[in-house]
Amino acid sequence: MYPKIKNRTFVFNDQDALKSIIAKPHEFIPYGNGRSYGDSALNNNIIYVKPYNYFIDFDENDGLLQVQSGVLLGEILEAFVPRGWFLKTTPGTKFITIGGAIAADIHGKNHHHEGCFSECIKEFKIMLPDGKIVSCSKETIPELFCATCGGHGLTGIILSAGIYLKKIRSKYIEQTTIKTKNLEETFNTFEEYYNAPYSVAWIDCLAKGSQMGKGLLMVGNFKKDNQLDYKEKNKFSIPFHFPSQALNNWSVRAFNWLYYNKIKEKISKQTVDLDTFFYPLDAISHWNRIYGRNGFLQYQLILPKNNSQEGLSKILKIISDSGKGSFLAVLKLCGKSNENYLSFPMEGYSFALDFKIEKGLFSLLDRLDKVVIEHHGRIYLSKDVRTSRQAFEQGYPQIEAFRKFRKRHKLGLKFQSLQSKRLGI
Amino acid sequence: MSYILIIGAKSDIAKAVAREYAKHGYDLYLAARNAHELHKFARDISVRSQRIVKILELDIRDFKSHHFFYEQLEEKPLGTISAVGYLGTQYKAQTNFHELQRIVETNFTGIANLLNIVASDLEQRRHGFIVGITSVAGDRGRKKNYIYGSAKAALGAYLSGLRNSLHGAGVHVMTVKPGFVATKMTAGMDLPERLTAQPEDVAKVLFKAQQKKKNEIYVKSVWRWIMMIVKVIPEWKFKKMDI
Ligand SMILES: Cc1cc2nc3c(=O)[nH]c(=O)nc-3n(C[C@H](O)[C@H](O)[C@H](O)COP(=O)(O)OP(=O)(O)OC[C@H]3O[C@@H](n4cnc5c(N)ncnc54)[C@H](O)[C@@H]3O)c2cc1C
Ligand SMILES: NC(=O)c1ccc[n+]([C@@H]2O[C@H](COP(=O)([O-])OP(=O)(O)OC[C@H]3O[C@@H](n4cnc5c(N)ncnc54)[C@H](OP(=O)(O)O)[C@@H]3O)[C@@H](O)[C@H]2O)c1
Repeated sequence: MYPKIKNRTFVFNDQDALKSIIAKPHEFIPYGNGRSYGDSALNNNIIYVKPYNYFIDFDENDGLLQVQSGVLLGEILEAFVPRGWFLKTTPGTKFITIGGAIAADIHGKNHHHEGCFSECIKEFKIMLPDGKIVSCSKETIPELFCATCGGHGLTGIILSAGIYLKKIRSKYIEQTTIKTKNLEETFNTFEEYYNAPYSVAWIDCLAKGSQMGKGLLMVGNFKKDNQLDYKEKNKFSIPFHFPSQALNNWSVRAFNWLYYNKIKEKISKQTVDLDTFFYPLDAISHWNRIYGRNGFLQYQLILPKNNSQEGLSKILKIISDSGKGSFLAVLKLCGKSNENYLSFPMEGYSFALDFKIEKGLFSLLDRLDKVVIEHHGRIYLSKDVRTSRQAFEQGYPQIEAFRKFRKRHKLGLKFQSLQSKRLGI
Repeated sequence: MSYILIIGAKSDIAKAVAREYAKHGYDLYLAARNAHELHKFARDISVRSQRIVKILELDIRDFKSHHFFYEQLEEKPLGTISAVGYLGTQYKAQTNFHELQRIVETNFTGIANLLNIVASDLEQRRHGFIVGITSVAGDRGRKKNYIYGSAKAALGAYLSGLRNSLHGAGVHVMTVKPGFVATKMTAGMDLPERLTAQPEDVAKVLFKAQQKKKNEIYVKSVWRWIMMIVKVIPEWKFKKMDI
């Protein structure tokens, strides 16, 4: 992973212990399970929250689950899928903590219907710089709520949360896969299937010319067959770092080609279990090793709907011309933005891809940033290690309000990440 | 369903083990010093797994209390798992009898005294299992921690004898050597990542091995090889080494 830094790690068992940690005269940043790709959870002193992971209560009547913030989404699934409950919002990995889900205000394949993670939060408890613990909901303290959801750990340590789960009647998903020929068709297909609860597309971002933007759109919905026996699967692990050359242009192309051509029909239907549908990468532990020892980084942007076609065409062209391939390119139609100061989604298309870290990459990404800004889009802080302060500020018009909030509550003296310093958040 | 008794239940490894057994449908007795501190954890398990969890006070060095402790359990446990341990401070234990005594009693005599009681019950019932957590430190004494190591070695010998003794009664005894585990015992130590297990890893491996009636396990299999090598180094050479 990138960057690699040495740091001091603090752990706590209870609130008092945490209180005496943050009373020390240092800066801290909370760290969940480290699944953010960027530097938002990194600094010299990190507070490791994952071991703070008790389940507190569950109400069968309304699906309200209360947990400490170190609980992993996967632990919730393990306990509650067999009882017919699922997360209202989940990202593409289940190995993140509740704290990380709130702090990044994560979005899933149903964002166009259900919005971000903050939608399912009844309230959370957070420790502020003076050690005080505050219970916060959108109704009671809207400012703190909107700053914390998406605030990437910069408003305090989230200790626990009450989140609503939703009822499901199967662990299986009825999936429809639609093969598209180019970007325009991909967009049209997203719109055509707008009503499907879950949707996402894999794009072959090395395809050129008239094929640019071709891919597979996958939409899905839970089945209702009462099959709920959910168990952890054995993982396939990539045992060693691939030599750096392995992921050259040709191997990426071969991968995209295989994936795309495996599906023969224009429209096909599959039944897949929820792990396959939501968490394809979790099945391969250490999958990042495929990128060699130098590691990789991820780039995720979103453009308003009106500018998506034009902007993404430019972005795809820049990428395919550069030959710096992506193992994964994921396109997703998002719904309306929310009021949180630093949440990422807006109504439009989000696009995420991986890059192997190599010479010339950073200047390529600077060029992509420019296109994103020109088209009034933004990049996702959870995935960022390198963008400029200027590109960041233009993408997040509420940054000034967030900065003022931090200043007013003296949050900047206690909570800083490498990212917040780099971008002056 | 059957109860599992976990002693030293506040240890990070024990907690992961408790969750693992509850996940597989067992009810739990959690025994520890200052056991009231386990209330939130007991709640955690019952929210996760909907199992019954009972909390019991036990100081493993309070030998006289052990009989009563076991007698008070209305339904006797199917399995007993000991995670009690105390690393102590080696240099202190070399001069201070109380530290020496504490290490030996916590890691060996206390556990042996309680397991004697459990074992005799299981032997009569001709059913059940015992799991003891020892340490690779007991495989060979090293200058850094040979007092802890020798107490763990004693527990290892005790468990292998017990295994032998209870075999005929159909009672199984398993010895677990975790290697390095990231817990509060090792917090702040700079442990090599590849050799270090998480408490959850220990729990999964322990549960599976116990169900399969394994006798002696290392949590990460590299440790089997490491200790095989450590054990064959001749003593004349070992004594000069700084490991
Ligand atoms: C394979 C994969 C797929 C992904 N898919 C998606 C996706 O579909 N949608 C999406 O939105 N994201 C996605 N992500 C990103 C991921 O969901 C977020 O980065 C998430 O925040 C990681 O959570 P974590 O617990 O690992 O936290 P970390 O990475 O450790 O921290 C993330 C941020 O949360 C803060 N934080 C953590 N815990 C607390 C706390 N208790 N209190 C306050 N702040 C805290 C940290 O300071 C940091 O700023 C994906 C990541 C991976 C690896
Ligand atoms: N972590 C490792 O790397 C490692 C490696 C090899 C073996 N082990 C062994 O694994 C087991 C669990 O260790 P751990 O890492 O989880 O460390 P731990 O948290 O320190 O566990 C030790 C437990 O023993 C309990 N204990 C100590 N004295 C006691 C007494 N007199 N009566 C009752 N309980 C007592 C402690 O209770 P309190 O909470 O009340 O102090 C604590 O819960 C131990 O046997 C340890 O030796 C650990």
